[in-house]
Amino acid sequence: MIRAFWLILALLAAGTASAQNLRIGLREDPDILDPTLSRTYVGRIVYMSLCDKLFDINERLEVVPQLATGFTWEDPRTLRIALRDGVTFHDGERMDAAAVVYSLNRHMTMQGSFRRSEISEIEALEVVDPLTVRIRLKNPSAAFIAQLTDRAGMIVSPRAAEALGRNFGTRPVCAGPFRFVERVAQERIVVERFEQYWDRANIHFQRVTYLPIPDNNVRLANLQSNAIEFGERMEPDDVRTAQRSRNLRVVPVEEIGYQGITINLGRGPGGSNGLARDARIRRAFELAIDRAAVNQVVYEGMYTPTRQPLPPANPFHARDFAPPGRDVAAARALLREAGVTAPITVEMIVPNNPDLRQVGEVIQAMVREAGFELRLRAMEYASALQAASRGEYETFLTGWSGRTDPDGNMFTFMRTGAGQNDGNYSNPEVDRRLDAARTEMDVERRIQLYAEIMRIAVAEDVSRVYLWHRKNIMIHSTRLTGYSPVPDGLVRLRGMRLQ
Amino acid sequence: MNALPPEPIAVPAMRQSPARLALRRFLRHRLAVAGLIVVLLFVLGAALAPLIATADPNATSWSAIRRAPSAAYFFGTDENGRDVFSRVIWGARASLAAGFLSVTVALLIGVPIGLLAGLAGGWLDALISRIADAMLSVPFLILAIALAAFLGPALENAMIAIAISASPVFVRLSRGMALEATATDWVEAARALGNPPWRLGLLHVLPNIIPPLLVQATLSIAEAIIAEASLSFLGLGQQPPAPSWGSMLNSAQRFLTQAPWLAIFPGLAIFLVVLAFNLVGDGLRDALDPRSEKR
Amino acid sequence: MLRWLARRFAQIIPTLIVLSVMIFGLQQLMPGDPAMILAGEERGDPVVLAQIRAELRLDRSLPEQYLHWIGNVLVGDFGFSWRIREPVANLILQKLPVTFQLSAMAFIIAVLIGVPAGILSATRRDRPADWIANGIALFGISMPNFWLGIMMILLFSVELGWLPPSGYVPLTEDFWQSIATTIMPAFVLGTGVASVLMRHTRAAMLGALAQDYVRTARAKGVVERVVVWKHALRNALIPVVTLGTIEFGRLLAGAVLTEQIFTIPGFGKLIVDAVFNRDYPVVQGVVLATALIFVTLSLIADLLYMAVNPRMRQA
Repeated sequence: MIRAFWLILALLAAGTASAQNLRIGLREDPDILDPTLSRTYVGRIVYMSLCDKLFDINERLEVVPQLATGFTWEDPRTLRIALRDGVTFHDGERMDAAAVVYSLNRHMTMQGSFRRSEISEIEALEVVDPLTVRIRLKNPSAAFIAQLTDRAGMIVSPRAAEALGRNFGTRPVCAGPFRFVERVAQERIVVERFEQYWDRANIHFQRVTYLPIPDNNVRLANLQSNAIEFGERMEPDDVRTAQRSRNLRVVPVEEIGYQGITINLGRGPGGSNGLARDARIRRAFELAIDRAAVNQVVYEGMYTPTRQPLPPANPFHARDFAPPGRDVAAARALLREAGVTAPITVEMIVPNNPDLRQVGEVIQAMVREAGFELRLRAMEYASALQAASRGEYETFLTGWSGRTDPDGNMFTFMRTGAGQNDGNYSNPEVDRRLDAARTEMDVERRIQLYAEIMRIAVAEDVSRVYLWHRKNIMIHSTRLTGYSPVPDGLVRLRGMRLQ
Repeated sequence: MNALPPEPIAVPAMRQSPARLALRRFLRHRLAVAGLIVVLLFVLGAALAPLIATADPNATSWSAIRRAPSAAYFFGTDENGRDVFSRVIWGARASLAAGFLSVTVALLIGVPIGLLAGLAGGWLDALISRIADAMLSVPFLILAIALAAFLGPALENAMIAIAISASPVFVRLSRGMALEATATDWVEAARALGNPPWRLGLLHVLPNIIPPLLVQATLSIAEAIIAEASLSFLGLGQQPPAPSWGSMLNSAQRFLTQAPWLAIFPGLAIFLVVLAFNLVGDGLRDALDPRSEKR
Repeated sequence: MLRWLARRFAQIIPTLIVLSVMIFGLQQLMPGDPAMILAGEERGDPVVLAQIRAELRLDRSLPEQYLHWIGNVLVGDFGFSWRIREPVANLILQKLPVTFQLSAMAFIIAVLIGVPAGILSATRRDRPADWIANGIALFGISMPNFWLGIMMILLFSVELGWLPPSGYVPLTEDFWQSIATTIMPAFVLGTGVASVLMRHTRAAMLGALAQDYVRTARAKGVVERVVVWKHALRNALIPVVTLGTIEFGRLLAGAVLTEQIFTIPGFGKLIVDAVFNRDYPVVQGVVLATALIFVTLSLIADLLYMAVNPRMRQA
């Protein structure tokens, strides 16, 4: 009786979800919705509906036109971008070369802009005609176009940006397929179809609601009960459950980032640990870890074990650089060679979420056999970041969401003194090649440079232990069609519809 | 309110000592005795963990992950193939230590400050009372989270955070008792005779506040155990791989559908030990506080 | 009476000031640079970090930061969330109804369980009904909220599939769905309070039943049922009502962990997330609002108590 009652309720609730309204369950609550000021990964998923970019990327990580129709290099430092005609912002203003110059300037100069460093190569901007922009760079840059495929390439309405100033993010006005309707923090972000969108023929939803549902079980339950049609970044544990359901489809997409262990090589109070002393000890540590087994135990074998920051899908992925198999005997021999006596105590910071804690515990058990006593410190995000940036750590289990251009996965982590080089790794040979790869326009030559960097920084110096590339596991209702997975894990609404 | 002087002092010449009287009253309370026995069993279990546990609580076994309870694994195994029964037994150490130690520290902080406030009066009393009020008006857990985050994640730090968060209750209690006791003619006479306040506090107030403090302390232990579990549940308490009931529940949440036993047994342990402490506290209250018995 | 009220208010204000200083100091002690947490993956650019610190006044001295904040609060400006740039006052107003609904439902559940159980056990003192009611009360106090929550999800959502495991639907959107999403957390939240109410109702009833007028009524031959329900209960409920007011305040605070487990976007979740994100203005605003509600409720409780208990007024 009671059961029947709830069943009816559930049906009623399901019935209210009418034809072309899509509900997407997000893993986190996005931060401010201003392309210049925002910094979370999850925010980028929402931008897919709100803000079009000059360029986009496709499934093969190739640059494709969006608000721009194409680009040409007039010389290695001068880029000419042609804009799409007839594009309007949500407030009715025209998207033209002046708006593009305005937006890029805003990204570069606004106080607290997180885009500043992404496009710091820009020297000058110039309106050639209403549909053409010329960008002059300080140096030739192979990675520059890729920056314009993400938030730095998002064009905002100059009128709205001027009117709202720093509060633009509370009512963003861009040129995407959907207009901003409302946001209730931690609850929902609602957008609705923009009728003047330049590519409206391929947009089929009337309304899209983004619902932050951090708990994985809950996101899955919402999918099962049809309370949402799409769940992003689901857990490997959920895959089997979802596959059993006839109404759900599982789409695993390999990410463009990685997860790994950052090693403090001599910075701050944590810099004098056992691993910092000798590359052989680090190599022994790596040899004691069985990536495939951790992957099997914690992630149902869903992830891709790796030894490098670039996933196989990336055209710059280094071939013949597979992770070494586990070899405890060799690890012990290396330790003897290095003249250290076991147990070597090493501390590892582990972010405080259940799966990474488990990864920590599994690795702890594995390296113990080789003579390492790994102490785990589960830390909330804020404390972990502080510890990492101040060098108050020995090793840090962490990840990177990834960028399409290889430079974005390597430079800032490996270059001497770079922004996110928390381990303080420094090798002039690597630095020289990182700088060269930035300006090298020849793809083959660039691939070669990155392969050399990995050989030195990873194989010889073991500056970092890369563990695996995660999968963005998308689960959606079978009523939903037209979803084309792109490795960046963002949900592009173009072509999607509900049956 | 014009309180009567507490009985034991007002009637010094009693045939039986008040402590023995209380003990007899307590032992008459069957549930309280049962609670005490359960508490003692847990203490014993924690102390003899190495003997009782059937396996090393931290020994992982990748071939036996998330096994259901069986003869080989009484409570099943967890996501790393560790024996849940052994982890529950060892986890008692963290919980009981958190309960006893943090409440002891809370007493050591709260009682002197409360007595000071009650006996000194004036601006000092006002300041201490406002601070205690302020602390009591913040959700207990928020205070503990903030403190634990500041101190860094570790079992000892969680205990300190709990102790600090739990101390205002004792400040209030001992301040009230001090005020009540000093308001009697009897203590006023003693003060008129030139006894300094600290002496009054030590000699006349302290004996009277021990019974209510004991009751409150027992109940606070129950709360502290839950608080430790909550902090460990949020990842701010016991660090892996050492077991704690709260952190076991944390990882259990991931496998609620696949391995429900991971959540059931640690939770049951928390429930039992908290229940036992509450029973003892109730029994103590009935035994030590004659006024409540008359209800 | 007026003097008493004035004195109470005079106490509330310093309490809130002390509290705000405490919270302010406490979060400065917490590790983690808010600018860096805001930046997250984008923390590689020191120039931007410095700009953020300047904008958020993190580069000023502590007293300066505090005075700036409290000065704005005094004119009704709680600042804005650093993370999403939404005014804190808006966030509080958005989340308060959610937690209020949860607490109100929890309170109703607590009253529905606690008061009848208390009456029953008082009128059937030392009989099985009394023992059972007492046993349930002990259960309620000893059950860790978050575990009860997990067990209920396991039973009602995973095993039986009757209720959604969590999430929240506003009352205004879909009444029944809203009740369905909040009934489990409300029950979890209400159990502890139900136990407290039961114990106090029982004690108050026993007290009332022993009063002269009840004895007189019995002596005059009034039916026992009328004695219990009309004479004793009316008087017994007075302290229970005042206590209930305070307990309601405690419910608002107790929602912290419950909301976390059932992922209900209310006050508790707002503040826990803000603590972890080091979103200081939100933490400060929410703590202050919670404390304000709490002290207001205890003031109301005192007033109620005085209204029904004239002797207190002279004290």
